[in-house]
Amino acid sequence: MSIGLSHFLIVAALLFTVGIVGITVNRRNVIVILMSIELILLAANINLVAFSVYQNNLIGQAFTFIVLTVAAAETAIGLAILVVYFRNRGDIAVENANLLRN
Amino acid sequence: MVDLKSLVVALPEIELAVANLLFLVAAAVFGRKATRPLGAAAILVFVVAGISLFLPARIGPEGFGAAFGNQFVDDGFARFVKAVVLLASSFSILLSWDFFEKEGQARPEYPVLIVFAVLGMMLMISANDLLSLYVGLELQSLSLYVLAAFNRDDAKSGEAGVKYFVLGAMSSGILLYGLSLLYGFAGSVDFDALSKTLAGRGEPGIVVGVIFVCAALAFKIAAAPFHMWAPDVYEGAPTPVTAFFASAPKVAALALFIRFLFIPVSGVADQWHEILLFLSVASMIWGAFAGLSQTNLKRLLAYSAIANIGYLLVGVIGGREDGVQAVLIYFAIYSLTTLGVFAVILCLRRGGKVIESMSDLQGLSKTNPLLALAMAVLLFSLAGLPPLAGFLGKYFVFLAAVKSGYFELAVTGVIASVVAAFYYLRIVKVMYFDEPSTGFDPVPNWGVRAVVGVSSIALVALTVAPSLLVNGAVSAARHFTGLI
Repeated sequence: MSIGLSHFLIVAALLFTVGIVGITVNRRNVIVILMSIELILLAANINLVAFSVYQNNLIGQAFTFIVLTVAAAETAIGLAILVVYFRNRGDIAVENANLLRN
Repeated sequence: MVDLKSLVVALPEIELAVANLLFLVAAAVFGRKATRPLGAAAILVFVVAGISLFLPARIGPEGFGAAFGNQFVDDGFARFVKAVVLLASSFSILLSWDFFEKEGQARPEYPVLIVFAVLGMMLMISANDLLSLYVGLELQSLSLYVLAAFNRDDAKSGEAGVKYFVLGAMSSGILLYGLSLLYGFAGSVDFDALSKTLAGRGEPGIVVGVIFVCAALAFKIAAAPFHMWAPDVYEGAPTPVTAFFASAPKVAALALFIRFLFIPVSGVADQWHEILLFLSVASMIWGAFAGLSQTNLKRLLAYSAIANIGYLLVGVIGGREDGVQAVLIYFAIYSLTTLGVFAVILCLRRGGKVIESMSDLQGLSKTNPLLALAMAVLLFSLAGLPPLAGFLGKYFVFLAAVKSGYFELAVTGVIASVVAAFYYLRIVKVMYFDEPSTGFDPVPNWGVRAVVGVSSIALVALTVAPSLLVNGAVSAARHFTGLI
């Protein structure tokens, strides 16, 4: 059995689903959410690289590099915001983030 | 190779980028005492960028056009939206003028982040490529996440930052996944090429891609059912930041949405029409009804923003030239009004804290009649009472929908705006007919006062003579539909 485009797409779709489920189901830790976001971006990257190879154009791979950079910036900012939050609350549990609810 | 023409086409963006790198250095070198000078410098840069948008050398066929390998376009539509964004952003810097000093949070990062966000918005507005769409959107979003958490000693602001970041990053991920599918099935990232290759194609990969991108962009403009972040973030973020969130980013994201729908994926319009209909009706109804029970002014304005996005989407569904023109008019008026409302709120402090609850406005007409009058005018306009400018915006939007045969949609919109009028009028009632409670701190700074004055006077001026705005929007919309 040879590995084709559809196999890559299925892996990416699975990763994407894991990421979304990780964000929505997780009730305990915001760090896990950051990891899930990273999974979603990686799923998109797998898609981009797979399409790029199968279509014989390089745009997808260029896109991937930019996505990697943006993902790094996003994580840095997310962690910085989490530090600010932790200083005020002393805890990063998702279920305790309830100051803003009426 | 970057040719000279690209630099001319992207001149305002280049100015913002270069100036902001200098600001960043100044902020690092001079620290807190650079806050005010940098704020003033940022407004100056916005003015310069606004002037360079309409420079004579850039007007005419050679001024318009694509830059950087067709990734970036400058056209009449982009210029109109950018002018609105620059104006709204200058206002939001004025609104922060001494808010953060009173909170002990005056830091030079504020103007720097605002300018980065504006740069991202201008890239979004001019994006003509899936890649520049993504980069522009991320530059804007990443700056906004930090701004939401700007008041770093306040637990609410931190929580708003975390919520905005988590949900915003998730929506960016969904957007990116959708973009990767579009790229994969169409084989290109260029908007013009996509509009050719996607015409009349309805295979699942493309439809799923379009749905994902639409959901993510609906998230950025806070259209129901993707609005859940908005009330929390509006309430938790510092008030000048909330005012900024309610104006410029919404306008830019909606402009991007319009360009995306009408150019690259116009070939699958049957599919996205259904999605937009749902988003629009859900936003109008949810924004109107959920707002009824709110007592916190910032939360209330969040629901008001959701409802207004619903009306704006009515215009987008409405159709090509009429619809785009109506949307341009509507969001120019809406940003002006909502910034004015936030400016009035920022004028009112009690015990050193900016008011947040509706009951704090009790008897404002007796303690501060001029502010109460300005607020009443702004709220009547938001409610869409004729003859104010807000009515004009709603009229054009609903007219565009009726003209394209979406009669039921326009009726839903009118009903929703009648329901929503209740909560605007309730604020007016609290201001004019309730007994005053304890007095307010003296109204502080000229920056906020200037925004109240300018926005309410401009609103009245637009009511009396709407032709300036309408003519600008007409030519911008005509130029945009010429591209499709």
